[in-house]
Parts: sequence; structure tokens; C-alpha cells
Amino acid sequence: MTDTAVPAALPRVTRSRRSATWTAGLGVIVVLLLISLPYLVHTNITGLLVNIFILLALATMWNLLAGYAGLISVGQQAYIGVGAYVVLVLAGNGVSPFLAIPLAALGALLVALPTSFLVLRLRNEYFAIATWVVAEAFRLVVLRFPSLGGGTGASLPGMAGMDPVFRQALTYWAALAVVVATLLAAYLLLRSRLGLDLTAIRDNEIGARSVGVRITQAKRIVYLVAAAGAGAAGSLLIISQLNVQATSIFSVQWSAYMIFVALIGGVGSIEGPIIGTVIFFLLQQWLSDRGAWYLIIVGSIAVVMAMWLPRGVWGVVSDRFDLRLFPVGYWLHAPRPNPVETPS
Amino acid sequence: MIGANGAGKSTLMRAIAGLHAPVAGSIRLEGRDITHLAAHRRVAAGIVLVPEGRRLFGSLTLEDNLRIGATRSRPGSWNLARVFELFPWMAERRSRTTAFLSGGEQQAVAIGRALMSNPRILLLDELSLGLSPAIVRRLYDLLPDLLAGGMTILLVEQDVTQALRVSDRAHCLLEGRITLSGRPSELVPAQVEAAYFGLAKSAAAGGG
Amino acid sequence: MIWANAIVQGILLGGLYALFACGLSLMFGVMRVVNLAHGDFAVLAAYLALAIITGLQVPVLWSALVVAPLFAMVGYLVQRFIIQRSLDVSPLTTMLVTFGLSIVIQNALLTALSANSQSLPSGSLASASLQVNGQMSIGYVSAIVFATAVVVVIGLQLFLYRTGMGRQVRAAADDQEAASVVGVNVRHVYGVAAALAFATVALAGVAFGMYSSFDPAAGPPRLIFAFEAVVIGGMGSLWGTLAGGIILGLAQVLGAQVDASFGVLAGHLVFLVVLALRPSGLIPARVT
Repeated sequence: MTDTAVPAALPRVTRSRRSATWTAGLGVIVVLLLISLPYLVHTNITGLLVNIFILLALATMWNLLAGYAGLISVGQQAYIGVGAYVVLVLAGNGVSPFLAIPLAALGALLVALPTSFLVLRLRNEYFAIATWVVAEAFRLVVLRFPSLGGGTGASLPGMAGMDPVFRQALTYWAALAVVVATLLAAYLLLRSRLGLDLTAIRDNEIGARSVGVRITQAKRIVYLVAAAGAGAAGSLLIISQLNVQATSIFSVQWSAYMIFVALIGGVGSIEGPIIGTVIFFLLQQWLSDRGAWYLIIVGSIAVVMAMWLPRGVWGVVSDRFDLRLFPVGYWLHAPRPNPVETPS
Repeated sequence: MIGANGAGKSTLMRAIAGLHAPVAGSIRLEGRDITHLAAHRRVAAGIVLVPEGRRLFGSLTLEDNLRIGATRSRPGSWNLARVFELFPWMAERRSRTTAFLSGGEQQAVAIGRALMSNPRILLLDELSLGLSPAIVRRLYDLLPDLLAGGMTILLVEQDVTQALRVSDRAHCLLEGRITLSGRPSELVPAQVEAAYFGLAKSAAAGGG
Repeated sequence: MIWANAIVQGILLGGLYALFACGLSLMFGVMRVVNLAHGDFAVLAAYLALAIITGLQVPVLWSALVVAPLFAMVGYLVQRFIIQRSLDVSPLTTMLVTFGLSIVIQNALLTALSANSQSLPSGSLASASLQVNGQMSIGYVSAIVFATAVVVVIGLQLFLYRTGMGRQVRAAADDQEAASVVGVNVRHVYGVAAALAFATVALAGVAFGMYSSFDPAAGPPRLIFAFEAVVIGGMGSLWGTLAGGIILGLAQVLGAQVDASFGVLAGHLVFLVVLALRPSGLIPARVT
């Protein structure tokens, strides 16, 4: 007589828990609501939301670079500027600025490709400053072209005939599309094999390399995606402001905003930048008439958070409530043991 | 201290030296609780570690490597002159960097560096690592003189025979716990083997 | 001979950049910390010097004697309470924290003072120069700043290689753990290194204020130039940092000779080329 022992079941691995389906549903509802906003509220509010969406897109991309690829960039403004100027040039040649948005993202990506070969060889501190110098170099190069506005800036052609309310609505929808695309891109990228590779790289680069993760390629993909996102944000900026000025669009101030949002909301999660952007804008509204105090306070908060709450507000919330809204991880479900059958 | 790889010998040494904070328990030096004392202050208290792998300072000359050992020295007879007496070959190479010294020479410098602070307790972590038997023997020949001067030496050693030969008390570590303690003269080889490999434990747990 | 004059001015300008770069090089070499607020602290020093000069009616060079020790103390405290804390979290956190500090300092200066540019009144020194020949002159200010840079480099080298504390600094830079088990109080040593770095930053700020006008936003460009000088000259060697500063100064001035607005861009291009070819700079650090 033999025992036939049924092997115990393997643990089940799933990508999400029930909370994720709630998030998906909620997300769809929120997006539908946002789409209908121009019909419901004043352009002041949609105008504010445009700025929020731009910053959220930028912060999401920065977080992808820093929190997942481990690349702290202080020079994403280089691609914001590229995006804006691509739109300027295309609009000057008859292309509708709105149609130029994806082209701006593409343009930024194409510029980022050769740049990546220079900067991705560099470690940490060198990488950060190099990205900043690249942005400065772009700024100085653009300033030399009077056709791009030189020092005084250039206004965006091709918008003159449009009804202002309609134009603002279109701008709003474009910004909404960009931010949704950016969040989706980040989510899909992190959920994919690349996302797993990035987490491995972040945790232990040597270990990751030893199991065959192609590190430079992974980082390059993230760098290019982040550049494209920044380019799209830049295109939104020129469309919403109707002009562009080299020194302001290539300013390191943009990096400051991205970094503060990420530090406050939490680096290393998709939810972090969302929370961070909301807090950032709430603070801005509260301190709007205090001028430079706003940046002093926000900067101080970001510094304090970096030192004492490095995982940001979202880090605290997700730990406390065990919450993950964007399912990019893996859940392990312990198996229920099977009874061993023995023939009688 | 003897024990297989991964038993926790180096970790224990480093914890005594102040590089790891213990999760539980305490470290007491002559009744004084030093569990939370910073590493550099333990040197002033008389505990000095010769780390595994030597860890000499690459951008310092041989002499500087020795002198830095005296940063927090206690009163005593060890100084640069006496270290040069112990290792005469060092005097003529004092101004060179240590990168080109052989393994045994580097180990000697590391020991010299530790001696400069006049330690009460010298922690020697894996003295023989990567060294030829001849060199190891020469290093071990130094130990009785150090002990004669009143120093206590806590030695981590892979080579069990060597360890038991020079020590007054031996402890065997397995998976972070002491499985055997005693005077080498009173320990039976079978006892040591069992404690080293944990045979007694697995025998008690039944066949695998 | 205009080019000869440009070369001389470039070299002298390099002295200013080297002065900025020394502090950065020291902090990076010892603690692997890049203080992104480096330039802003220099600007802060310049404003402080201005306050001392106008408030106490002392000549500009005397203000440096007050500001430098003050900043040394500030540096020690910043290192031990802010930077050390960030280092404990992660090495990259320090960059983010100092970046945040940079923004805070700039906006605090903007709020407390005005956005107008100021400069340090150097009295008769400002316009005094040595006329070498028809087309070449050496300003006293540039010469003094260059000399100060050389003195600072020599001083730091002496400190690092001839003093006991300097030995501790180098040991802690080599191997933090090994240093602590031989009795070095690494945190304190880091504080000392930062104090020295901040003292040089203060001198750089005063020098900068004498050289040109400054405003609350003048920090970041100085940081970039300082970093470029450090990278071009090679991390880990203070003489290299001096050489790097000189090369950067030359690149900028010669670039400006070619075309007035090309100077700064020329410097960036040299930096990027050096980065592409040799990330460790032109004078490699000693093998450790």
C-alpha cells in the first residue's frame, strides 16, 4: 500500500487586491467628471487645474526617474523647454499648437536620446549637475536665436482667431489628456517587466546586474519617457501662457517644483506625486499673496520631509492604512493546505 | 572565538567595537554598561578592533596609519618607537603608502595601529585571512608578549587548532549563539566538533 | 595682444572660481556631499559682508575676517544637524535637502532684502590696476582674489597633510568605519571639514562681491561654475581644483572674446566635453 500525498498548493500570486478595482472605478468616474468641468465651472478653475495637471505630469515623470530608476535629475527643464519651442516652431509653420503636443513630446524624446548617452554614464552627483548644465546650455543656445524670441520671448502664433473660452477649454482638455497619459504611462511601465527590473536596480544594482537585468537600457527607457513627458508639459505651458521666454522655461525653478512635490507627496510611488501636487497647490492658494514666502515655506516643508519622512505623506498613509491604489506590486496569497489523502 | 562561516563571529566583534547596535542584550566592560557608547569612545575606554580585512587607510602613509591609531590613546607604553621596535621593517617604509605592502605586512600595520592606543582589550578579527601559514605563525608569535603586558585579546579564528593552541579560553559560536565554552586543555576534539557543526542539536531533532 | 590680456584675465577669473570650488571639492572629497546650496551660501556671505561694511564702516577686506569664521561655525552646525541627518537617510537625500535649502535661502534673501543687485564697495581698490602694457592690465581685485585662492589651496593642503586633525579627515574620507574603530569621531571630523569648506565659501562670496554685483538669485550659477571647476580639474585634488578653475576661467573669457554672449556657454561646453571624455577630470586623484 502506498501513500499518495497530494502536494500542497503553491502560493497564489496576483497583481492587485480588491482595493485596486475600486480605484479603477473611482478613477474612471473622476476622469469623466473632469472632462465635463469646462461646461460646469468658470475658466478660473479650469485654468488652475491646467497648472495642476502640468505640475502633476512633471512630478510623476520626475518620480519615475528618481524613485524607480534612481536618477536624480535637476535638469528636466531642458525638455520642458524643448517641448515648448517645438510647438512654437511648428505653430509658426502652420501646424495647430494642439496637434503639436505629441510632436513636442517626440521632439523632446529625440533630443534626450543623444543626451542620454552622455549623462547616463555618470553617477549620482555628476548626473544631477550634468543634467542641470545641459539645461543651461540649451537655454543659452536658444537665447542666441532671435527667431525664437531671444531674450524677450516669443508669442505663440495660430491661436489668434479662436474664441478665448473655447481655447481655454481645449487647453484644459489637452492638459487633462496629457496628465492621464502620463499617469497611465507610469503605471503601465511600472507594472511591466521593466518595472520589476527598475525595482531590482533601485534595491541593489549589482545584484540586478548579476541576474541579467540590462541596467543602462532600463535607465535609458525611463530617461526617454520622462523627457517625453516633460516635453508634453512644456507644450502645455506655451499653449496656456500663449508665449514662451527662454530664461523662464529653462529655469531650474521647474525642477524645484517637481522635487518639492515628490518630497512632500512621497518618492517611489505613483500616488505620491498626486498627493504632493494637491498639497503644493493648496499651499499656493493659501500663501498666494505672500510672494516669496510661499517658496520658503514649501521648500522648508520639503527639506523637513526629506530628512524625517523620506517616504512622504503617501508613505505615511499607505503604511498606516495598508493601501495601494495603483497595483504595480505583487501580492502573495498563502495557500490553504490540502488534506493528505490516504487510501483506506 | 571559533565557529563556522556565518556563525556570527565577526558580527559579534563589530558589535563589541561599536559598529553594530545590538537589538537586545548589553555589553559590559568591567561592570560599566557600554552598549550605547559610540565606537570612537570605546577606543578611549580601551576596546580596539583590528578589523577583518585589515582596512588600512589608503591615502595615509604607513606612519600616518600608525599615528592615527593614537587619536584617542590611553596612557601606556605603546608608541610609535615601540611599534617600530616590534616591526623593524616598518621604520624604513614609514613614508610610503600602504597599498603596496604584502598581506602580512598590512596585517602587521593594522595591529600596530591598534596598539598605538594602548588598548586594554584587543579585538583581532580573522588575523590569518588570506595570509600564508608562515606569516600567520609569525603574527601569532607576537601574541604572548602582548598578553604579558596585561592586555586581553579576543581572537576570532577560522583555524581551530591554532586558536586552541594560543588561547586561555575558547568559545564556539553557531548561528549567533555560544554552543561551547571552556579551557582548551579541558576540551575534547569530539566536543569541539559537535559544537562547531551543531551535531548535538541535529542529533536531538531526529533524522531529516 | 588682446588675446594675451584675455588669457591673463581668464587665469585671474579662474582664481575666483577655484575659491568657490575648494569648499565643494572638500565636502565632496571627504563626505561625498554635493552641497547644492553652495552658491547661495556664498551670496549670503556677500550680503553679510555688505551689512558689516555699511554698518560698521570697515573696509571690505576686513569684513572677510569677520564673515569667514562666522561661516565656519555655521558650516559646522549645518553639517552636524542637517547634512549628517540627510546622509543618515540616504546619500541622495543630501542633494535634495541642499537643493531645498538653496531655494529657501534665495527666497529668504529676496523677501528680507530686495531683488536689486548690490556689490561690495571696495573703495579705491575697485578700479585700481597694474598697467602691464598698452593692452594688458591686472586689476588689484582680481590679483588679490587669485592670490587668496592659491593661499587657501596651500592652507588646506597643509591642514590635510601636516596636522593631526587633517589626518583624521583623510582617514574618515577613506574609510568611515575603520576610522571610528581607531578612535576618530567621524561626525565631528565631518563637521570640521564642513567648517573649513564654509569658511572658503565665505571668502568666495566676499571675493565675488568685490568682483561683480550680486543679487539673491546669483547663487545657482556660482554653484554650477564651482562644480564645473571641480570636475574639470579632477575630484580629490585641491591643486586640480585650482587648475580646473583656471581652465574654466580661460574658457569663459576666451569664449567671450569670440562673441560677447558666448562666454558662459563656452565654459559649459568645455565641462560637458571633459565629462564625456574623462569623468574623473584632468588630474586624477591619487590611487587609494
